[in-house]
Amino acid sequence: MIKFLNTLSLWILPIIIVFILLHALYKKTPAYEVFVDGAGEGFKIAIKIIPYLIAIMVCTALFRASGAIEIIENFIKPLFDYFKIPTETTIIMLTRSLSGSATLGVLADIINQTGVNSYATKLAAVITGSSETTFYVASVYFGSVGIKKFRHALLAGILADITGLIAAVWICSIFFL
Amino acid sequence: MNYIFIFLIVVSFLCAAINHRLDVAIDEMLKASQKAVEISFGLIGIMGFWLGIVKIAQKSGLMDLLSKLIQKPLLLIFPDIKYNKEAQSNIALNISANALGLSNAATPFGIKAMENLQSQNKDSEVATNSMCTFLAINTAGFQIVPAVVIAILSANGMENPTQIILPTLIVTSIAFLSALFFAKILERFYR
Repeated sequence: MIKFLNTLSLWILPIIIVFILLHALYKKTPAYEVFVDGAGEGFKIAIKIIPYLIAIMVCTALFRASGAIEIIENFIKPLFDYFKIPTETTIIMLTRSLSGSATLGVLADIINQTGVNSYATKLAAVITGSSETTFYVASVYFGSVGIKKFRHALLAGILADITGLIAAVWICSIFFL
Repeated sequence: MNYIFIFLIVVSFLCAAINHRLDVAIDEMLKASQKAVEISFGLIGIMGFWLGIVKIAQKSGLMDLLSKLIQKPLLLIFPDIKYNKEAQSNIALNISANALGLSNAATPFGIKAMENLQSQNKDSEVATNSMCTFLAINTAGFQIVPAVVIAILSANGMENPTQIILPTLIVTSIAFLSALFFAKILERFYR
């Protein structure tokens, strides 16, 4: 199974790229000229999202460094114990939406602390794999077009994250407990 | 967004003061602003490459073909892009790239889709309903195979790391659908 997945992920990009290029050849599209033209936009977009990324990353980094997560952790611990959720996974639940690299760091911590075959590791892996870094995605996507008023986008994203967490706890308890 | 911004920073400094970690917090704050610039610059190359490839597909007419294929289901979710063919195909490409775990490719498609949606926006600083829905389903991070996580687990010696694929798929589908649901419900209250 792993082998099949590895082969698939290895082949999928070349197939897409070659298909696009052959189609361009068939339609007589000047592929090189168009490519260079399009690639030039990468620089403009990257520069444009810098201020948005600074704002969001400073917020989330401050929040993580302040120890606020540990304070929240103490508050919700009784609730987590009641639902038999391993305490080690609290931090990953609170970090997942804020920072992608921090989440992978916490996942590595959980593997070190509880072993790679533990229930905590499996739950943390499902949480990491089933979600995205909401705040980062929002700043990049809206920043790239200069949207400053997010309306309900972040709230919808966060509510979906919370639903995902509840689903992860529930599904994992069915599969792995 | 203004409230979230102010709230996160003020509360963080309060908590840091309570926990006697003001020095760490200040350090992390400055490091994060530096890192934001590094990440943006790191995106230039990959983004440029994919935007180039996408432009070829656009010019050769491949994108129009794609938008015809997925138009029906897509219009159910994004009713206002009926005449915006480019937005249709870019959204489709973004969702499929994410589903396949190609997040490097998904981001440029997503940004292009946002630009397409922005082109029919009346107030360029305020997000439209479709933009919010599109962002919400992206933050849900739907993917069929969580390749990165499986790689980490197998590198640490888990017996069969593929056992997390099915539960992850179920959870990410629930998150995806709930993002759609919340975006559609909330858009009535945020005018």
